[in-house]
Amino acid sequence: MTGPTPSTVSGNLGLRLEEPLIFEQGDPAKTGVDLPEPGDRPDRLGGLARSGPIGLPGLSEPEVVRHYTRLSQKNYAIDSGFYPLGSCTMKHNPRLNERMARLPGFADLHPFQPQGTVQGALAVMGALSDWLLGLTGMRAVALSPAAGAHGELCGMQAIRAALDARGEGDRRVVLVPESAHGTNPATAALCGFKVRGVPGDARGRVDLDAFLAALDDGVAAVMITNPNTCGLFETEIIALSQAVHDAGAFVYMDGANFNAIVGRVRVADLGADAMHINIHKTFSTPHGGGGPGAGPTVLSAALAPFAPLPHVVAEGEGEGDDGGWRLVEHAEGDMRPFGRMKGFHGQFGVLVRALSYMMSMGKDGLRQASGDAVLNANYLLASLGDGLTPSFEGPCMHEALFDDRFLKGTGVSTLDFAKALIDEGFHPMTMYFPLVVHGAMLMEPTETESKASLDAFCETVLALAEKARAGETAVFTEAPRHTPRRRLDETRAARQPVLRWAPPASARAAE
Amino acid sequence: MTTLYFTEDHEWIAVDGDVGTVGITDHAQAQLGDVVFVEVPEAGRDLNRGDEAAVVESVKAASEVYAPVSGTVTEGNAALAETPAMVNTDPLGEGWFFRLTLADPSELDGLMDQAAYDAHVAGLD
Repeated sequence: MTGPTPSTVSGNLGLRLEEPLIFEQGDPAKTGVDLPEPGDRPDRLGGLARSGPIGLPGLSEPEVVRHYTRLSQKNYAIDSGFYPLGSCTMKHNPRLNERMARLPGFADLHPFQPQGTVQGALAVMGALSDWLLGLTGMRAVALSPAAGAHGELCGMQAIRAALDARGEGDRRVVLVPESAHGTNPATAALCGFKVRGVPGDARGRVDLDAFLAALDDGVAAVMITNPNTCGLFETEIIALSQAVHDAGAFVYMDGANFNAIVGRVRVADLGADAMHINIHKTFSTPHGGGGPGAGPTVLSAALAPFAPLPHVVAEGEGEGDDGGWRLVEHAEGDMRPFGRMKGFHGQFGVLVRALSYMMSMGKDGLRQASGDAVLNANYLLASLGDGLTPSFEGPCMHEALFDDRFLKGTGVSTLDFAKALIDEGFHPMTMYFPLVVHGAMLMEPTETESKASLDAFCETVLALAEKARAGETAVFTEAPRHTPRRRLDETRAARQPVLRWAPPASARAAE
Repeated sequence: MTTLYFTEDHEWIAVDGDVGTVGITDHAQAQLGDVVFVEVPEAGRDLNRGDEAAVVESVKAASEVYAPVSGTVTEGNAALAETPAMVNTDPLGEGWFFRLTLADPSELDGLMDQAAYDAHVAGLD
């Protein structure tokens, strides 16, 4: 990998600063805080006290602040520009969410506090559960899964528990259409199921005939993503679900693309038995802000008894007003929980943000957001359709899928094209996924983007496509040219990964 | 004498008597790009035709390698763990994935010869 052309004495380019690792700065002998000398006191470590140097970097507070601020300035985020990463729903995170999550009554809670002192937090969990059940039409919800794939695991464990309970634990096969998310087969395999793939048809949907042919009494469930990873609605979903139920199996619906249908389609009406909701995507906090996500999982009446603990329930008649809220941590009545998904009660901060988003948007606002997200994706599909090669006929749902046929013979690959977009100041779209089309470019604008920002993006993409066709290959194969680092060697990084920093040999010799 | 057969999923199997050597084709490695990780089956594993037998991961994607025919694995190519790049540089030679003892040589009848496979690949573009 090569750095920027060092045309300056310092190596910095204007105010774009070269930033060493924190371990390469300062001096271990230096410290940012004055601590009193411990003095000569007996320790209680039983001879296990560290004898060698601990190796922490030594920097002053301003040095630390500058280091992390500089790193953050190198970041590209939804707050700095258009982020069309497909299948990721990188939508704006309203600042109100952050204000709510930082309220001391939410931010400073401890999970061991007595329930009487955390009624507000339990009320948030209860209200969020009601919203999620209302939007999906399902019977029960587990708030504790910590991410989308964790929610998949939750749903599939519930399916497994339900099958075991009726003595059909010998159903070992999970059908996964090729238009499903990549995490689906991994989840099924982790739960001990055998994965059987189902091909798509020429319309980018599940091939219903092939699906029905694969459905037998060994099938435990289907894991289907709707809208699917081609950004298309599975139009045969109701017939498919009916067939699955008739065969005694369950329908797991991957909710990663829920943003396309919120407030418009209740997944219970499509026949889903379980679905996770990436609330850190669909209900803002994109990618959990780089921190934790949350993947609450809704369950149908058939699976509800097997929902993992804990649940939040309103006591008394007043929906929490009189009797308060209670956390159910042990099975009661008819509950047959399959267990727990994680310690404590889920990623509470993300739950607060999602509820804040939902309540400030309202039901009508959520419905408009999903409509605008689909409209924006179709605007991309229509605007780019002539210069690029759409993989399937529109209209699409929340994301537009193109392949690399428009680059054929130009010597430019999808990867090169994405790198050129970085030079133009855009985060690239998702590349090479889904696998069902060649050299895929998957773009999800979300409802966040204005027409002006979509136009600016489309203008750039179309101009780049023209350059590729005109033989200006170097624009692509040498990209990125205007970034702190040029094209990184992905192959070497994967084949010879360096996973732990080590001090340079010269520094080690000096110790 | 060794005879080479191909699958629609771009595996090859070189058969000598009842011993088959399996790998992925030049077309497959070109489509995958730089291979960074390969997982091969362990000796003794019984495979049915079409079973997932190995995994190949490139900078672009992870894919399964399916058993072209049924049989019992006798050896996985351990060298690929250290140098997965051999799948790119010599897919039909040193980049082989595993060897197996064929359970039913008549299954070979369902596979393609070189000419048929070349036509299959040409038809994909």
